[in-house]
Amino acid sequence: MQGRTLVTGVIGADTHIVGNRILSMALEKAGYRVVALGALTPAADFVKAAVETAADAIMVSSLYGQGEIDCRGFRDHCVEAGLDDILIYLGGNLVVGKQPWAEVEQRFLAMGFDRAFPPGTRIEDVLGTLAADFAAREGGERMDAGLATPWASRQGVPRP
Amino acid sequence: MSMALLVDFGSTWTKVRAVDLEAARVVASAQGPSTVGSDITVGLEQALAALHATLGEVPRYRYRLGSSSAAGGLKMVTIGLVRELTAEAARQAALGAGARLVGCYAYRLTRADLREIEARQPDIVLLCGGTDGGNREIILYNAGMLAGSGLSCPVVVAGNRDVGDEVLERLPGARLCANVMPEFNVLATDPARALIREVFMSRIVQAKGIDRARGLLDDVVLPTPAAVLEGAELLAAGPGGEGGLGPLIVVDPGGATTDVHSIGEGEPAAGVVRLGLPEPHAKRTVEGDLGMRHNAASIVDSCGAEAIAADAGVPVARLHRLLASIAADVERLPADADEAALERGLARAAIRLAMRRHAGTVETVQTAHGPVQVQRGKDLGRVATLIGTGGVLVHAARPEVLLGAALAQPGDPFSLAPAAATLFIDRDYALFASGLLARADRRVAFELARNGLVPLEKAHHDKHANA
Repeated sequence: MQGRTLVTGVIGADTHIVGNRILSMALEKAGYRVVALGALTPAADFVKAAVETAADAIMVSSLYGQGEIDCRGFRDHCVEAGLDDILIYLGGNLVVGKQPWAEVEQRFLAMGFDRAFPPGTRIEDVLGTLAADFAAREGGERMDAGLATPWASRQGVPRP
Repeated sequence: MSMALLVDFGSTWTKVRAVDLEAARVVASAQGPSTVGSDITVGLEQALAALHATLGEVPRYRYRLGSSSAAGGLKMVTIGLVRELTAEAARQAALGAGARLVGCYAYRLTRADLREIEARQPDIVLLCGGTDGGNREIILYNAGMLAGSGLSCPVVVAGNRDVGDEVLERLPGARLCANVMPEFNVLATDPARALIREVFMSRIVQAKGIDRARGLLDDVVLPTPAAVLEGAELLAAGPGGEGGLGPLIVVDPGGATTDVHSIGEGEPAAGVVRLGLPEPHAKRTVEGDLGMRHNAASIVDSCGAEAIAADAGVPVARLHRLLASIAADVERLPADADEAALERGLARAAIRLAMRRHAGTVETVQTAHGPVQVQRGKDLGRVATLIGTGGVLVHAARPEVLLGAALAQPGDPFSLAPAAATLFIDRDYALFASGLLARADRRVAFELARNGLVPLEKAHHDKHANA
């Protein structure tokens, strides 16, 4: 945990800050360096903050049902900024209406997010997953984010 | 009578002010030519002779301090990582130190960038990049690039503190100070400002031959724009940090640029959300395309010939003729009433646009919870004091007509320019003198700046306010 930097924020025209703030506090308590961008954060600002602070992961919240529009191209943005391998997580009320979570998750993983979390996810689960993902990276393994292949090969981008 | 001598070595004039320290007032003003190209003391001697003729004596000065914007001003290049983050923080730090920016770079420097920087011959390079504990690669890369360049000017380093030592290994002789952005979105430009000023005093003044004046002065301590900014800061804060005028704005339309200084936090109004990089308490902007003489044509490009001619109440063809004659001879004075009106129109346009660029903006963003007001930059809407300085305003017949253009315009509801400030003119050019004197005596310096302010009548934004 020590020395890891995480960027958190609520994406798009979304003002729901409470859950994101609780998450940020919990991450800080767990020993991470947290760069909290707060509400109403454009996708580009997450990426710029991650570049400047050399972040290890970006944790995106979306609570108002427009996540799919706001998050489109997020991984491409990261790749463009030279953050090819940065871990990106997403959580909240990602879509409008009742849709099966497995489908929703699949959709966001296909966009290049490493993890997507449904409403009601416990903080402990996020911390556990994060620690495991970082440990896997430390061990030199590519992560399997719930799909058969890691992100890069899903996108057809060769890995160095 | 206890006196101080304050000198501004400008690019055209060497301006001198004699200040009575008990009354805290400018008692005599004079100027001589700028002779920095040959021997700076020649113009100073002339100015002093004129000053002492006015005074009828050669006083024994308690303080003799100078500022300089001669020899191209303090030319600086700034380098950061992300354009809107550390690269912007570096820019703000350099502007706050009174620099004239000749290049601002972000991300990795290329060889073409280096050639450009070498050609622009900066006096100081400010190298930033990465928050503390953040990105290390780019600042190290850029330090390596600078080390391999033909530049010999001082480098000030104010980036990620983790790699400070490594940067110095690559750039021996560079000066290190605290990061301009120690944490994400935290602007901390004061250490870099202070170090830039120190380097200016210890090295640049010599390099430009300004130190020859040291026989006639105690020291040349600041770039002139930094002296004006310090005078404005003191005026706002008060000598002991209280009793000042509170948040204020200083507008200085010049021949080549229009400078705006604002002192204050620019906090959002109730219910408004502030986004983006915080801005410095003492913020300075320099509009390099808005100058009454050298950049008159680009004022027209930005503001529109029709609008400026209409504001002056003069046919637009006349404006084009005037621009051509200014381009042919920048020293030219208005030949008739129409030209004088057009010059006022140009000044108003430059001031209006410079203020709009300096002030923050507010816009409405539609969210699921309804509309939210989002502010970027400073809200200067409630600033109560608006001060004009510099020759263009001081020599204007009705400076309030020009300065009034800085107030919020009904046609631009998104700008956070001051709504209803009281207008003042810095008649004796006391602000720069105050900024210099602040180093020696803050109380007298504060009184000097305040005593120099002359209130102007409230201006109106009538279409033909010029007439």
